[in-house]
Amino acid sequence: MASIVKMNVNGREQEHLIPDSLLLIEFLRDRLGLTGTKRGCDGGECGACTVLVNGKQRLGCVTLAKSVSGQSVETIESVETRGRLSRLQQAFHEKLGTQCGFCTPGMIMAAEGLLRDNPSPNEAEIKEALSGNLCRCTGYVKIIESVQAAIEPGGVSP
Amino acid sequence: MDFDLLMPTSAAEAIALMQENPNARYLAGGTDLVPNLRRGIGAPDILIGLDGVEDLKGISEGGDYLTLGAGVTLAELEGSGLSGRYGALSAAVDIAGPALRQAATIGGNLCLDTRCIFYNQSKWWRNANQYCLKLDGDTCHVAPKGQRCHAAFSGDLAPALMVLGAEVRVVGPNADGWKPISDLYHEDGLAHLTLAPGDLLVAVRLPVVSRDLRSGYLKSRLRKAVDFPLAGVAVALRREGDAITDLRVGVTGTNPRPLLFDGLVGGMDQGPNDDALSAITKEIGQMIKPMRTTNLPGLYRRQMVTVLTRRLITDLYDAGDRKE
Repeated sequence: MASIVKMNVNGREQEHLIPDSLLLIEFLRDRLGLTGTKRGCDGGECGACTVLVNGKQRLGCVTLAKSVSGQSVETIESVETRGRLSRLQQAFHEKLGTQCGFCTPGMIMAAEGLLRDNPSPNEAEIKEALSGNLCRCTGYVKIIESVQAAIEPGGVSP
Repeated sequence: MDFDLLMPTSAAEAIALMQENPNARYLAGGTDLVPNLRRGIGAPDILIGLDGVEDLKGISEGGDYLTLGAGVTLAELEGSGLSGRYGALSAAVDIAGPALRQAATIGGNLCLDTRCIFYNQSKWWRNANQYCLKLDGDTCHVAPKGQRCHAAFSGDLAPALMVLGAEVRVVGPNADGWKPISDLYHEDGLAHLTLAPGDLLVAVRLPVVSRDLRSGYLKSRLRKAVDFPLAGVAVALRREGDAITDLRVGVTGTNPRPLLFDGLVGGMDQGPNDDALSAITKEIGQMIKPMRTTNLPGLYRRQMVTVLTRRLITDLYDAGDRKE
């Protein structure tokens, strides 16, 4: 069965006729063309598809699009402002928190979710918030440093 | 994966929908069910989503009980701060990963399907292996000579809630009442839940007196996030002076059901000692059956149950509530 689903994605109201079994990641990538959200393990284990639903971390690959109808979804495409990188993006760029880049959208959205609840997390809290996100390049040290740089005054270039 | 997703707004409506559609499945957070369906494990025509069911939400404290709605998410439970008073609920803090806990629910974790390395695989993989006794096949690859499914129950909350004396409320076409959480389970990997068709787990309640118990939960897993427990142990005990006067141990990850061991205080008048602890872990060892259902051998998981049980009892005795 298909249903008309409404949701706010990155600040814009969307209304689409979609199959009930469509996943949120399929809706974002294939219907809306928001391909910044990555499909990694495809089973809820790697965090590459992390987006925010009502400001909280959720995984696009285990969430049915219809089940979040009426809610507010944010993806990596929403964090820049008029072409300027967000502090987190700038920090990942400057502190080498991104190498191949595949896990980065999920890492940044997971960190974004953390910083909204807790603007000055300690290292343990950062590690906990990113514990569901796998990176096969960096060994995580640079990712933790990137999040720390983003919350420090003067931690990233203006 | 092709199904209709129905979105009832009350428990009564959800149960009625299930009676009209006997092949439907309830969908709570979906963090285990959705990956399974995508792998071709089950193919229901209809899912009955419980997200919008208001009766399942909320945490309330009144009278003799603390009541948790089955639809309360693990993140909400974590944010409630209850593990400060009920130490074993710290189990909730470490289930899966942060994003999964935003969706996953208490009821979903209690009704989690049993797991096995021969079952939680893609259809292609299982086909190449002639499927298995749990689904579409006729041989259990863990114990090929037997006719039993050894898939292990791997929920973290069940043992923690068991040692705290929790009860569950099940509502269905022919049911509405509270029962001990142990009664929710069978020792059968194929059908480990005692729920009748249409039955819905609505709430869990804890006797507030269990606040007086010292309790904790520890588990063994390879990755410290997302992984299911390969063995998990919850302990609740009461210390009066030097004596342990109440001791309960809950175990998960080893059998098709979570297990509760109660009344284990023998020989603990002066607190934990090697003889009494050995007797307890021997009694537990006779009941647990960790098989080759995970990426760690059964013997290792058996030893971890002993290690975690001893560690929790001695630490709780010495210090109070214990968190991982």
